[in-house]
Amino acid sequence: MASLTVRNLRKNFGAVEVLKGVDIEAQTGEFIALVGPSGCGKSTLLAMIAGLETVTSGEIWIGDRMVNSVAPKDRDIAMVFQSYALYPTMTVRENMAFGMESRGIPKDEQKAAIARVASLLQIEPLLARKPGQLSGGQRQRVAMGRALVRDPKLFLFDEPLSNLDAKLRVDMRTEIKKLHQRVGKTTVYVTHDQVEAMTLASRIAVMHQGQVQQFDEPDTIYNRPANIFVAGFMGSPSMNFIQAEITSASGTPSITFPLAGGGVANLPLHDGVADRATGRKVVLGIRPEHLSRQSPNTVGKPGMATMSAPVEVVEPTGAETMAVMKFGELEVVGRFSPDEAPKTGENMPLAVDMSRACLFDPATQKRI
Amino acid sequence: MSSAGYAAMAGGNSFWEKLKSWTPIFVIAPAVVASFVYVFVFSGWTMYISLSDSTLLPTYGFKGLENYASLWANRRWGVAYSNLFFFSGIFVLTTMAVGLLLALLLDQKIRAESFWRTMYMYPLAVSFIVTGTVWQWLYNPTGGIQFLVQSMGWTDFEFALTTDRKNAIWAIIITGIWQSAGFTMALFLAGLRSVDGDIIKAASIDGASTFRIYRKVILPSITPIFLAVAVVQLQSAIKTFDLAVALTNSGPGISTTFPATYVYDLMFQRGQIGEGAAAAMMILAALAVVLVPYSMYLGWRRRREVVHV
Amino acid sequence: MSDATISSAPALDLEAGRAGRRHLISRIVIYGLLTFFAIIYLMPLWVVFFNSFRPLAEISANGLIAFPQSFRLDAWPQAWSEFCIGGQCAGMQRYFWNSIMMVVPATIISTAMGAITGYVLSKWKFRGSEIVFGMMLLGVFMPGQIALLPWAFILGKIGLANSVYGLVLVHCIQGLAFTTLFCRNYFVGIPDDLVKAARIDGAGFWRIFYRIILPISPPILIVTVIWQFTGIWNEYLFGVVLNSGANQPITAALVALSMSGTTVRTYDVMSAAVLIGALPPLLVYFFGGKYFVRGLTQGAIK
Repeated sequence: MASLTVRNLRKNFGAVEVLKGVDIEAQTGEFIALVGPSGCGKSTLLAMIAGLETVTSGEIWIGDRMVNSVAPKDRDIAMVFQSYALYPTMTVRENMAFGMESRGIPKDEQKAAIARVASLLQIEPLLARKPGQLSGGQRQRVAMGRALVRDPKLFLFDEPLSNLDAKLRVDMRTEIKKLHQRVGKTTVYVTHDQVEAMTLASRIAVMHQGQVQQFDEPDTIYNRPANIFVAGFMGSPSMNFIQAEITSASGTPSITFPLAGGGVANLPLHDGVADRATGRKVVLGIRPEHLSRQSPNTVGKPGMATMSAPVEVVEPTGAETMAVMKFGELEVVGRFSPDEAPKTGENMPLAVDMSRACLFDPATQKRI
Repeated sequence: MSSAGYAAMAGGNSFWEKLKSWTPIFVIAPAVVASFVYVFVFSGWTMYISLSDSTLLPTYGFKGLENYASLWANRRWGVAYSNLFFFSGIFVLTTMAVGLLLALLLDQKIRAESFWRTMYMYPLAVSFIVTGTVWQWLYNPTGGIQFLVQSMGWTDFEFALTTDRKNAIWAIIITGIWQSAGFTMALFLAGLRSVDGDIIKAASIDGASTFRIYRKVILPSITPIFLAVAVVQLQSAIKTFDLAVALTNSGPGISTTFPATYVYDLMFQRGQIGEGAAAAMMILAALAVVLVPYSMYLGWRRRREVVHV
Repeated sequence: MSDATISSAPALDLEAGRAGRRHLISRIVIYGLLTFFAIIYLMPLWVVFFNSFRPLAEISANGLIAFPQSFRLDAWPQAWSEFCIGGQCAGMQRYFWNSIMMVVPATIISTAMGAITGYVLSKWKFRGSEIVFGMMLLGVFMPGQIALLPWAFILGKIGLANSVYGLVLVHCIQGLAFTTLFCRNYFVGIPDDLVKAARIDGAGFWRIFYRIILPISPPILIVTVIWQFTGIWNEYLFGVVLNSGANQPITAALVALSMSGTTVRTYDVMSAAVLIGALPPLLVYFFGGKYFVRGLTQGAIK
């Protein structure tokens, strides 16, 4: 059963259209991530699910109840805010009890619930402290505790990790994942960080300009992006986009584009592509990790094409090395293991994994 | 974006829930209505009376601008507004100069700063009535400052402002400055302290002297505060009433009449309510002349900042 | 190397000495000026304070500004309960209590209303709430003279003419603009997320106010209370116009007192009376000075 359904949801602020017909749904226990650049409407969508913003048109269902005009407190939801929004004058215990108190839940039940959640999150030693006496990570934990303690039907997270430093963010990400696995609550998680979305979610909705660009499992979003925006937004470094044309130069249908120094690259087309009409303009999308140095292992493998390109900049990060190469006028980033990394100035012999490449229609921006 | 529009949003389906979502509006309605009446109805009412033939009691026979005409023809009103111009000019400039001097002195990393500050600002807690009464004694030639200096040997020393028609206005000016300079000091000091410390550090690394840092870096960055202080002081000068009553009671004769004291006089001593209301409207107009351009300037500056940031 | 050290040392010393002397001179100038102004500022307070303990004969002989030669407390009880003002010989106490009866309820009510109005105008915004706020702000600048006739008329109609309760009403509405301004500007700084979190937690309008907003607000409430207390205590125009005789607040009584001195001025008793009138706001200032100054600067720069 779907525990959250959003149908053709629209939101206007005056003349500005912030959401232009959004459809998503989450199955019970699912972890949904809403991801997109700032201003894409993801936080507005979350606020509307929470009941903090009015609905212009469309429907929001939680469980089998239409909640368009239900007050936030009656939606059976809990929310973790980017700023944590812990009540500064209350202790951690009082923060956690506040929601139950407002609902008139008996004192001993409150106590039991707080004890259960505090041990789950290992925040028992913090219960008597005020938010001002907690570190960033501890506040984050308490904010989650406050949400968990009420045992809601739906969990909402609004960029909960973006105020933490990089190291702590990775740790808390793992915590959230573990926690979700343990409690199994339906969760909607807003983030601008595509890594968070990829690692946490069972399904991701990529949003841009008030619309859901693609709503699918992380693997599909990453490997078969619906359009150029999704392909470019997910993954870091970003996918390389190359203006190209389909030809049949050497008898087999190939992708052709100009190279630095006047030549052209001919990369044989992978069998999976249906529309291979000669002369068609396409955008070739290659992820940095699908470029590698030619070697006996790679050359000759099915779907593997070869070419070479001059290397402009090399950026080792330790575990892997990024290299910026010139494909004609274009700068293309490749991601190599350190032992096969190129040197600056080298004309690198490349193996391109065409079976993993994406082709996009330049007019519609959609994947072919 | 925040909770905007919540009040208009139905909080639920039942009547009770809907009613509850209007709570914020119901709650502030009395305060809003009272403020509306106070600001608009009261000034409209007074304006209407200023156009009426009211004398001892409010009556509502319309007689146009006659009250204004007779007000401006009155010699005493002439004294009142020329006093106001004279007083305002000197009061605003001097309180700003003294306040800035005190603020700069306090900004020199001095010991026991809060002790000094407390001394310069205590008059602000006290009413103009108290200040005026005490200073009236000090100006009194037979017991105050003149008496003190004469008894110290300078027997022909004269300092009798409050009994001298020509100079009585100075008694009000001096006392006003004494009372208000601590206020301008507080505003300037807050301004000086709000300047980004890194800019000052950068300037001193560049080798600028303390004097140059103040002149070239700190003071230019608080120019908006100069304007704000001037406006606040000017509007309080326009409202001058208590001080003139307690210190000289508009005297000797009519020499220290101010618009606000004249309003009181017309309305409650001479039973010329219509003309008094006309004088009150003139005070309102004077405030508008100061405050409307200033708030337009503030709005313009805010918009410009939005564009630039 | 050693040559350089030896030859440069005296030069440095000289330089340091000159700088030190310049520093010393500037310090003397700074503290000198501060002391000069402090004397000017303290002199009037000093005059009333000592004169309230000096016998009248001594004041007449040595002037108002002189070191006290003797000490007596008689002036204080006289000022409190016997002194004649406007034909009534019951001292300042009646007017003092009038002011207390006026200032306490007016301060509490106007602060409470300002807090709630500020809460709505910052955390429960509605269409037009900015306009409402702008309109209420105009009240900050209204000259009292504009409101005199309407107030006199309204208080007469509702039976509160010449009554301390009438003044309470006047000051509540007069002060609303300031209290709303102070509270609203403070509440704007409280993150909206707190209110949203509380709404999801099931708290309503009032619960959020009591449990979330008010517990964070003591700083601004103290500022507002001090501002209202001193402002209302020191107010004169409404007190003298709307009330008369035994119902006037202490400021009006002080003016009547200093005007009534047609014969010999009893400076000793009058000094005590002036101090009685000035003491409550002065105490507030000396104990809550930080908040008082904050109110002044916030009220000025809107």
